[in-house]
Amino acid sequence: MNRTLHAVRLGVLRGWTDFVQSVTSPQDQGFYLVVALGVLTYLFINRDAQVAGTTLSLPAVALPSILGGLVTFGAVVGPAYSLAMEREDGTLLRARAIPRGVLGYVVGQVVFQALGLVPMLLVILVPSFLLFDGVMLRGLDGWLTLVWVLALGLLATLPIGMVIGSLVKGTQKVGTWGMLPVLLLAATSGIFTPIQHLWGWLQVVAQAFPMYWIGLGMRSAFLPEAAAALEVGGTWRTAETVAVLAVWAVVGILVTPLVLRRMARRQSGSQVEAARQQALQWVR
Amino acid sequence: MDGTARRASAVIEVRGLRMRYGSRDVLDGVDLDVHRGEVVCLLGPNGAGKTTTIEILEGFRMRSAGHVRVLGADPATGDEDWRARTGVVLQSWRDHARWTPRRLLAQLGAFYAPYATPARPRPYPVDGLLEMVGLADLADQKIGTLSGGQRRRLDVAIGIVGRPELLFLDEPTAGFDPQARRDFHDLVHRLSDMEDTTILLTTHDLGEAEKLADRIVILAGGRIVADGSADQLARQVAGRAQVSWSVDGQRFVHAADDATAFVRQLFVEHGDRVTDLEVRRASLEDTYLALVQRYERGGAGDSVVPFEQLRQEVSS
Repeated sequence: MNRTLHAVRLGVLRGWTDFVQSVTSPQDQGFYLVVALGVLTYLFINRDAQVAGTTLSLPAVALPSILGGLVTFGAVVGPAYSLAMEREDGTLLRARAIPRGVLGYVVGQVVFQALGLVPMLLVILVPSFLLFDGVMLRGLDGWLTLVWVLALGLLATLPIGMVIGSLVKGTQKVGTWGMLPVLLLAATSGIFTPIQHLWGWLQVVAQAFPMYWIGLGMRSAFLPEAAAALEVGGTWRTAETVAVLAVWAVVGILVTPLVLRRMARRQSGSQVEAARQQALQWVR
Repeated sequence: MDGTARRASAVIEVRGLRMRYGSRDVLDGVDLDVHRGEVVCLLGPNGAGKTTTIEILEGFRMRSAGHVRVLGADPATGDEDWRARTGVVLQSWRDHARWTPRRLLAQLGAFYAPYATPARPRPYPVDGLLEMVGLADLADQKIGTLSGGQRRRLDVAIGIVGRPELLFLDEPTAGFDPQARRDFHDLVHRLSDMEDTTILLTTHDLGEAEKLADRIVILAGGRIVADGSADQLARQVAGRAQVSWSVDGQRFVHAADDATAFVRQLFVEHGDRVTDLEVRRASLEDTYLALVQRYERGGAGDSVVPFEQLRQEVSS
C-alpha cells in the first residue's frame, strides 16, 4: 500500500466528513441562507433594471459576477480562517503527530473548502432560475465553461487562502490580512460595477489578481456572445483568463507546500497552549 | 545487562542536550537514557524545562545543541515512518468539535494502517479503545459537548490509537477526577505491561509519579538533578531520619543517621518515660521540595546537588 496515496485518500475522506458535518450544522446552514438572501434580495429589487446599451437584465449580468466574487471570497477567506483557527486549537498539531497526517489534513482542507462552495452556488442559482429571466443563456456550452472557470479559479485562489492562514499571527488577524484585501479587490474587480469605470492604474492592479478573471469567466459562461461588448477590449479574453489563473495556480502550488511545511514545523504543544491562553485573554 | 545490549534497548538516548532562548538556557546539558518498556516520569517545577525536553524528543521543537536519539533516529529530522512508531498525547481544547470520538479515532487511526507489522497491528480497533478509556457511552456524541475530563481521555485514546512503541504524555491527568485518574493509571500499567510500550510522562503529582514510574527523573535549573526509582530517591535522601519524642511532657527532635540504634539508646536511657515517639523518613515529596527550594534560591544554572548535601538539607 503506497503510504502517501493512502494519506491522500484519508484526506479526501476527512474533507468529505467535514463537509457533511458542515451542511448538517444549523450554524453553517444559517450562513448559506443569509448570504443567499442578501444576494437574491439585491437582484430581486433590480429585477426590472436593464444594463445600459444592451437588452440584458441587470440580474443576468450581476449574478455571474457576484457568484465569481463569492467563490473567490470563499476560496481565500475560508481556508485562511480554517488554518489560522486550527493552528490555534491544536487540529494541526494532531495532524503533525500522526504519520503523513499533515498531508491528509491539507488534502482534507482543499476538498472541504471546494465542496463548501457547492451549497453556496446552489442556494443562489436555483432560486435565480425561478425568479429571473435570461440567467443562463448559453446552454451546455455555458455549463462546461462554468465548470472549468470554477476549477481553475479554485486552483488559483485556494493556495492564497492557505498561505494567508499559515502566515497570520492569529485568527483575529485574518480579518486584516484576508478579509479586508479580498473585499477591497471585490470593489475594484468588476463584480459590482464595470471595471472600465475605475482609474486606469486601479484597473491594472485589479487585473493582476484572480478575482477579476474569475468574474469575467463566469460572465462568459452565463451571458451571450454579444455581452462581451461590455468587457475590456470587447471580448471575453478567454486565453488571458486561462493564462492569469494558471500562473496564480502554478505559483500557488509551488509556494504553498513550502509555507505549510514551515508552519507545521512550528507547531508544538506549548504553542497551542499559548494560543489558548491568548484566546482566553480577550482584553490585552 | 552488558553495554551493548543496553545501548540496543535504549529507546531514548540524550547527551548534553541544550536549549537556549535568547540569552537564557532552559536546558543546560541534559543526559538521559530511557530503555524499552520503561515508564519514566519527568518531575520538576514550572519552567524547569520539562515541556521543552519532551517537545524536543517528540520532534516538535528544535534543540540548540546536544545529541538526541529517539527510536534510533534524530527526532529533529525524524520522518513520517519514524513518526508512526511514536504516540503523543496532546492537550486539546476545542478542536474537532463537530466530530464524534468514534469518527475521529477511525479517521486518525487509519493513518497508521500502512505501518502495521505482525507484532504490532495498527491501528487499535476503535471500539476496544473507546472501551479502554471509558468513552464507549459517548462514542457518538459531538466532541464539542464532552466535558474537560472526557476530552482528556479522548486525547489519551488518540495518542495510543497507532499502538506506539514510545508514548509521550505531558501532564496527562491535569483536570482528572480521582476515578478518572485511577482508570488512567490502570491504562498506563496495561500499556507498559501488555504492549511493551515505553512511556515518558511529566506530572506535578508526586503520588502519580510514585505509582506509575519505574524511574523518576527530576529536572531543575535546566539539568537532571536526580534519577532513580521513587524508593531509591527517598532512601538516598532519607539517610537521616527525623526522630521526635517526649519525656516528661517535654518535646525533643533529633536527626539520626541510624534511627533504630538511636531509638534503642533512647529507651535504655529513659525507659517508660518516652512517649509520642515518631520516626519519619524523608518522602519523595521531601526530596522533591528540597531540590526545588534549592534551585529557586540558587536560580537557574546552578550545579547538580550531590546527594550528600541534599541529605543534610532535608534532615536539618
